[in-house]
Amino acid sequence: MSDTHVTTPDVEQTTGAMEPLVDIRHVSRRFGAVTALDDVSLTIAENEFFALLGPSGCGKTTLLRAIAGFERPDSGEMLLGGQDLVALPPHRRPLNLMFQSYALFPHMTVEANVSYGLEQEKLPKQEIRQRVGEVLETVGLSTTAKRRPHQLSGGQRQRVALARAVVKRPKLLLLDEPLSALDRKVRSQMQLELKRLQQEVGITFVVVTHDQEEAMSMADRLAVLAHGRVQQVATPVETYRRPANLFVADFIGDSNRFAGRVVDGGLHVPDVGLLPGHPVGDVTGDAHLVVRPEETRLGAPGAGLMEGQVVETQFFGGVSTVAVDVPGHADPVLCAVSGVSTVERGATVSLHWTADAAVVVGGSL
Amino acid sequence: MTDLISSTPTGRGAVERSSRWERAALLVPGLGYVSAFMAVPVLLVLSYVFFQRGRFGGVVYEFTWDNFARAFSPTYRAVLVDSLVIAGAATVLALLIGYPVAYAIAMLPDRLRTIALVLVVIPFWTNFLVRTYAWIVLLSNEGLVNRSLERIGVIEDPLTLLYTRGAVVVGLVYAYLPLMILPLYASISKLDPELREAATNLGASRFKAFRTVTWPLTLPGVLTGCIFVFVPSLGNFIVPELLGGGKFVMVGNVVRDQFLKARDWPFGATLALVLIVVLVALFFVQSRVSRRLSTGGPS
Repeated sequence: MSDTHVTTPDVEQTTGAMEPLVDIRHVSRRFGAVTALDDVSLTIAENEFFALLGPSGCGKTTLLRAIAGFERPDSGEMLLGGQDLVALPPHRRPLNLMFQSYALFPHMTVEANVSYGLEQEKLPKQEIRQRVGEVLETVGLSTTAKRRPHQLSGGQRQRVALARAVVKRPKLLLLDEPLSALDRKVRSQMQLELKRLQQEVGITFVVVTHDQEEAMSMADRLAVLAHGRVQQVATPVETYRRPANLFVADFIGDSNRFAGRVVDGGLHVPDVGLLPGHPVGDVTGDAHLVVRPEETRLGAPGAGLMEGQVVETQFFGGVSTVAVDVPGHADPVLCAVSGVSTVERGATVSLHWTADAAVVVGGSL
Repeated sequence: MTDLISSTPTGRGAVERSSRWERAALLVPGLGYVSAFMAVPVLLVLSYVFFQRGRFGGVVYEFTWDNFARAFSPTYRAVLVDSLVIAGAATVLALLIGYPVAYAIAMLPDRLRTIALVLVVIPFWTNFLVRTYAWIVLLSNEGLVNRSLERIGVIEDPLTLLYTRGAVVVGLVYAYLPLMILPLYASISKLDPELREAATNLGASRFKAFRTVTWPLTLPGVLTGCIFVFVPSLGNFIVPELLGGGKFVMVGNVVRDQFLKARDWPFGATLALVLIVVLVALFFVQSRVSRRLSTGGPS
């Protein structure tokens, strides 16, 4: 298991064989002086659960709105199943969007909200009634069909919004921060449910989120965005284990970072020495070494890569985190151990990891 | 609002009660003013409706139904119907002009919005009478409109614009258009733009999205604006006099003449009562419809 991630084939190769459902090519969008999207290219495969992940202001919502047709890209192409999306007016695009605010029609019942989209397709009344009934059944809202949105709980509203989008059987379903309005407990439950629903209805999902845990737990693949640029497109495991740059490494999960110069076999860090790690891509010159807390091992003083004093231990139940202050390094180095930690605060320890456990990345935060 | 009150923890009932009294206290000046200078005089005037006119004005306190019989006689019924038609036409026209304007203002960026709203209200800074006189200048045979049309060769002889029913409607629309635009603006700007986008995303064309989402959700604003225009239009007597040239008598003119010229206070009061009943009925309809469409908290 230790070196499988290093030899993981490039994701582009694994999905490249299939015809992508969504093909976004060099899309840019500028608002005055702000570049919301800067030459964004990515492909999304059919039936994929894809996440657009990034901090607020990274351009993920702009990209979503551009796909839905509420923003016009300044340049670039967007294809859906080979069809040019930019040329289609928003109400003709074969995709549906679930809004962050849900945007349920407050003057309509749950039933009327869900059937609204089908009525636009001028389907026979009988078919509309049947499909609405089915989808309400699927999301567990059959008993609330006659209620108005303001009479529902947050979780129920979210389901109505989902039902309203899914009932159209779109090729692509876009979800803008679908779970952000829910409280924590409902959220983790809905994460599972979204995933279940996606497999059940067989629609390609694109979820926009700023919550990396959400993206990691639901998505088949994700794109990390920052400053309007795609930082990395990969599977959740890949982005965690082989982050493309320092931004991705920092944004996804906890990490220990060391600044230094790239040398053979790792990174030379001033005052610390050579730290082992494999470079991601072509990194030369100044770079960072990133190692996850659970890959960092504690040892007796005198061995290991560096030494320091334990400043704090935190117990989280299944794991404990030991924070070690290393002279010459600003932030304490975190080390995750399973169960209860046996080291005392103030003890001198050494830290160690294998070259396979750490990556050397370029870029900045 | 009721949500805020009811969500206060029950243990803080005393605090809640005192703040409720404080809130009630804030209403005292306004309520006092309205009851002393508005409600009492109106009730006094309305109390005349069952009495007879004095020979030289004033009221003789002898009970009679005559005033009502007269108010619903064909002559006055025609005046009332005519007034309703004119006020109704002014309202519809104001809505047709006001809705697009309010919509456009609501779509403007914040800074321009304020400017646009000020521009809408600016006519109110000038005296109503003066502004209505300005329309005489515009519409008369020698007026700006006729002159311009003659000069560009559209017409040879001046059109009769002034002292027509149309002139009265135009004058009323002009006078009360801001009262249509402001509630419409409030209602449209409150509407979440994502609702329109949601309708579009579900496959509705622009027109369909407007008809099924924007229009029904702004209907309370539409009704408020219509009442704000219709009510003063129905009772207006300056515009019909100046722009109608006395040829078109509206119920407002009759009421005024009964009090100031004919000195028949009881009959004037009766006509005023009829107006009030019509308007209260309208308010009732408006509040019913608004509540049904209400998007806020539980009803």
